[in-house]
Amino acid sequence: MRSHCKRSSGVDSVEAERGKVRLRPPRNALDQRVVGWWRLQGTLFWGAPVLVLVVLGLLIAPARFWLLTPAVVFAVAGLAWVIAMPPWWFKVHRWEVTETAVYARSGFFWQEWRVAPMSRIQTVDTLRGPLQQVFKLATVTVTTASARGAVKIRGLDHELAASLAEQLTETTQATPGDAT
Amino acid sequence: MTSGEFEGWSTLDKRTLAVTAVMMTGAAVGAAIPTTAAIVGGGARFWVALAWVVAGGLVLVAGGVLADLFYWKGVRYRLTPERLETAFTLVFRSRKSLQRERIRNVDLTANPLHRLFGVAVVTIGTGSHESGGQGRIKLNPVSRAEAERLRAELLRRAESVEIDEDAPLAELDRSWIRYAPMSFLTPALGLAAGGGLMQVSEWAGLRKGLIDWAIGLFRGIPLVVAILILLAIAMVVGLIGALGLWVEMWWNYRLDREAGGTLRVRRGLFTTRSISIEERRMRGIDLVEPLGNRISGAARVDAIATGMRQSDDKDKTDYHTLLPAAPVATANRVAAAVLREPVSPTEAVRLTGHPRAARGRLLRWWIGSVVVLLAIFALLGFLLTDVLLVIGAALGVVLLPASVLLALDAYRNLGHGITGRYLVGRHGTVRRSTFALERDGVIGWTVKQSIFQRRKGLLTVEATTAAGAGAYSVYDAGEEQGLLFAEESVPELLTPFLDRA
Repeated sequence: MRSHCKRSSGVDSVEAERGKVRLRPPRNALDQRVVGWWRLQGTLFWGAPVLVLVVLGLLIAPARFWLLTPAVVFAVAGLAWVIAMPPWWFKVHRWEVTETAVYARSGFFWQEWRVAPMSRIQTVDTLRGPLQQVFKLATVTVTTASARGAVKIRGLDHELAASLAEQLTETTQATPGDAT
Repeated sequence: MTSGEFEGWSTLDKRTLAVTAVMMTGAAVGAAIPTTAAIVGGGARFWVALAWVVAGGLVLVAGGVLADLFYWKGVRYRLTPERLETAFTLVFRSRKSLQRERIRNVDLTANPLHRLFGVAVVTIGTGSHESGGQGRIKLNPVSRAEAERLRAELLRRAESVEIDEDAPLAELDRSWIRYAPMSFLTPALGLAAGGGLMQVSEWAGLRKGLIDWAIGLFRGIPLVVAILILLAIAMVVGLIGALGLWVEMWWNYRLDREAGGTLRVRRGLFTTRSISIEERRMRGIDLVEPLGNRISGAARVDAIATGMRQSDDKDKTDYHTLLPAAPVATANRVAAAVLREPVSPTEAVRLTGHPRAARGRLLRWWIGSVVVLLAIFALLGFLLTDVLLVIGAALGVVLLPASVLLALDAYRNLGHGITGRYLVGRHGTVRRSTFALERDGVIGWTVKQSIFQRRKGLLTVEATTAAGAGAYSVYDAGEEQGLLFAEESVPELLTPFLDRA
């Protein structure tokens, strides 16, 4: 089945390597409010340096040009970021819980698909940061016995997150074994 | 403390007081010499200085022994059929207990002082991931015999524990020492020794004298030659250091399988160590070949096991190394024996290579890092001094071809495959690693793809596991190739999420 992948066959073009098998996107999108949460995060992230530069620029007259120019650059970049990126992320970040596994996709420049089988789940946590609370959102973290196998779903409606965590906990408690 | 409360509990070995006394005396003498020198240097008379220092030393030793006496009096431990308990009573009372069935490893360590007094330190762990020593009890120290008894008792799962003395899985071959200097440790140790010398001379206030002496020594010799001579001296010192370290770590090494279902590594010249790994915790092995070792045909075998004690900050020992760098054939034989397979999966597997696009990625990465380095040299050279430009050019002549070779080698090393119960992956050039992970031990998948990989149709597949490093990756596989590999190695897990067009 994979013979065409062997080096010796000299397959070179990207198109030939791109096979027919792909990971399908998980079924569910995050809560729509997550876009607002990301926008607020982005605003704070880009806004802080802009604010500092503007304040310094107003106070220190001789260096005004050198302080306000980067401030403008930051502001423009930040604005573009805040407008364009969150909807994009919203399309990428998806999740799904089936009877056998938890499946989530995240990242943009570095995309990640994570699968954790139900039988190996050890703990299910929900977390609500201060900004998330404003948007009534929560992060669900599903950990397995692997130190590097946790599946995180950031930005679910907080009630949905709570019921999901409960449901997952019940399912995994019914599974015997120490999940290693 | 009432004797009734601790009926049937044991104390630590009383010889710990002697160990502490000797250790504190050593520390006191070590501190006394520079202190005396400093006091005398300060203008005091020798006898006065000596009196102060001796008095101080006595206080130090007595204090240390007294503290240890309190510690010794406070600690009690007990082995019941269900659990191992320790209690510490001194102003505060604390208790700690480990369920015996959850105990995964029992390690014995004895430094030269411990050995002199016939005692050993026993570390008992459940191998839980939590930090802060929650899942761990350390008995420091108990008598050698008691340590062995505890080890045998705690690791006993089957009824009979007969130590299989006659057939070790591996024993030290002294000729393996030839692989010890072939490592980055050698130059590192040499440079560290040089740095240490400068530091000590500064403390003693002799740094300027040392430098002047060295300059005087090299008078009439060109600077380049002098630097080369110094580097050669550092290398020789590093070489001696690497050999010494190897001897200290691996002397009397032997790997046994014991009837209780444990693998046991014993080693050490001055400080002896005994490390036990339950066999049912083994999930595979990692065959590690640092570049120096690979050139000389050697490999190291690391265990991939759950509940392993991670080497903690205080102790740099590698607790998962089953075999030090040894000839590859030996490494494969030991790997096979450890996994109870006729042939090691790392040898039996037919590794499938990765698409050409991966080669381009590796070439870009390696050459790119060298170009960045050279660019820094060039920039600083133009700004500061032309010498940097010369050094940069020389580095470029050496590093650019080297980076191309390393990238090509890294590409040749990429591979993955499935053999029997194991999935195998290989990657790396400076440190080539070939892991064989039990397919049953895979507890999830992480598929990663950067935008660069996406453009080239590559992805990285990471098998997560409770054992070892927590995840083992197959880097830069073709999209379909990687996904099908993951699907085939652990059937059912990834299947529902695959789209077949």
